[in-house]
Amino acid sequence: MTSLLDTPLVRPGIGQGLKDVFRRRYLLKLLVRKEIKLRYRGSVLGVIWSYVKPAIQFVVFYIAMGVFLGLNKNVGNYAVYLFSGIVLINFFTEALNNAAKSIVYNSGLIKKIFLPRELFPVASVFVSAAHFFPQLVVLLIGCLLTGWQPTPLGIFAGFAGFLVLAMLSVGLGLFFSSVNVYFRDSENFVEMMLMVATWVSPVMYQWTMVHERLGDFWFAVYQSNPVTVGVELFHYAFWSTTSGGDAALAAPPQLFELWLPVALVVSAAVLALGQFTFRKLEVKFAQEL
Amino acid sequence: MSELSPITVEIKGISKQFVLRHTRSIKEALIWFLKGRKGDLSAKFHALRDVSLDIRQGETVALLGFNGSGKSTLLKHISGVMTPDEGTVRTRGRVAGLIEVGAGFHPDLSGRDNVYLNAAILGMSETQIKERFDSIVEFAEIGEFIDTEVRFYSSGMYLRLAFSVAVHSDPEVFLVDEILAVGDEPFQKKCLDKIQELVDAGQTLVVVSHDLDLVQRICSRGVLLEHGRVLKDGPSHDVVEFLRSRTKG
Ligand SMILES: Nc1ncnc2c1ncn2[C@@H]1O[C@H](COP(=O)(O)OP(=O)(O)OP(=O)(O)O)[C@@H](O)[C@H]1O
Ligand SMILES: [Mg+2]
Repeated sequence: MTSLLDTPLVRPGIGQGLKDVFRRRYLLKLLVRKEIKLRYRGSVLGVIWSYVKPAIQFVVFYIAMGVFLGLNKNVGNYAVYLFSGIVLINFFTEALNNAAKSIVYNSGLIKKIFLPRELFPVASVFVSAAHFFPQLVVLLIGCLLTGWQPTPLGIFAGFAGFLVLAMLSVGLGLFFSSVNVYFRDSENFVEMMLMVATWVSPVMYQWTMVHERLGDFWFAVYQSNPVTVGVELFHYAFWSTTSGGDAALAAPPQLFELWLPVALVVSAAVLALGQFTFRKLEVKFAQEL
Repeated sequence: MSELSPITVEIKGISKQFVLRHTRSIKEALIWFLKGRKGDLSAKFHALRDVSLDIRQGETVALLGFNGSGKSTLLKHISGVMTPDEGTVRTRGRVAGLIEVGAGFHPDLSGRDNVYLNAAILGMSETQIKERFDSIVEFAEIGEFIDTEVRFYSSGMYLRLAFSVAVHSDPEVFLVDEILAVGDEPFQKKCLDKIQELVDAGQTLVVVSHDLDLVQRICSRGVLLEHGRVLKDGPSHDVVEFLRSRTKG
């Protein structure tokens, strides 16, 4: 009983940010599992839906874009090109949308029990990663059917692209979820930003078109967006060997030597800013919610 | 409860102000800013004023006072949900408890899933939960309903399960806000016995309750709050008497 004297007096409610999320990873796991369970509750096909929906989407792309619109002429195997960008953007969109709402959404808990609040935006990103997985499977099947050849650098590019966007979602998620407690406009702003995100990255079109129109300087600005680099890395990973065309065109020059490190640094800076803002604002969450 | 027992909750001169009127949009804030920040964007009031309190290991403390006197707010400061504007709160060991029935329970999950989730929220590790799971279910007397979604539970069953998880989380400081009222007579007695057992084992207890008889039974010390200030602090019997005499007028 007296051993209690050995434990120090500490100030409750002062957390250590993302470190606490790692410390409470079992709780994180349960929170993520809860969301996934709730999503498929009451549906007969359950998790199969997550495979069927992207598969249908891919087939539609293949037929409508490739065969009817003839976009294959400009971009070889356009269906895979489009789909590999879209799955990554889907992940980012879902992760950030849900992360931005996560604190307000979990206000019932946050107002009553102390726990590391970073858990909620981080859990949202994990849940989105779980939903990303079936889409990745569909993409890989599409790739294999159209002559995909895995290369070590390609696989690395896939992981790197995902990592960049995951970091970015956590960082922006921390920022916007904490601001959302004070200004609910934050949610709407995020939705608008995500709508633009698809178009300021080469998801539908090719990076070469941007380079031709904008010139070197503005192209460099364009490239410093981590989402753009993520999408290009995914193209490199999944589409470049299936395009049947010029592999050099698959990715802009210096994608790995320059733009990937830039994207990592930008994402890390966003993560640091997100964490900083979150910690500044979180002390008043319970009373503002 | 001797003076030698270590302090588990140390509250030094804390004050807390709340904003009464909120501005929820950037537009309003901007207009206020552009108009030269005239007037207060929001009205404020003190929910806690210069509250100081030391609670030692093994003490059973009741926070008393009328509605809105700041009891729940004080409890939230001890749990870390809120942080004071002035002064400091420090605690020793793990602090957990029931601030509200079923906070952290999800109606669409089964009792089992909720036990795991809630126990983890209260800070239990995976092994601890697995070890204590049977005991939690047994104490709650939920039996075969454990795999039913909790939205089909009666409010009493809800409370039993929530309370059972909370007592099994075995914190050093246990906080209870206004929850013992929902259970039936036998369960209430069982809870009180369990609380007594935990207190005997060295746990510190802080409860908020309007049930003065109950308070006298389980708490040795009473702290009376009024408009966010400590009005009286002493043996629960005396404080309850004082409160009763005030009510009569
Ligand atoms: N987040 C908040 N924002 C603004 N005011 C708040 C907030 N939380 C509590 N208050 C106010 O602070 C005062 C004290 O509230 P508190 O919940 O601590 O009262 P209490 O003593 O627990 O009352 P009760 O007996 O009704 O439970 C109340 O006037 C309440 O309106
Ligand atoms: Mg209260």
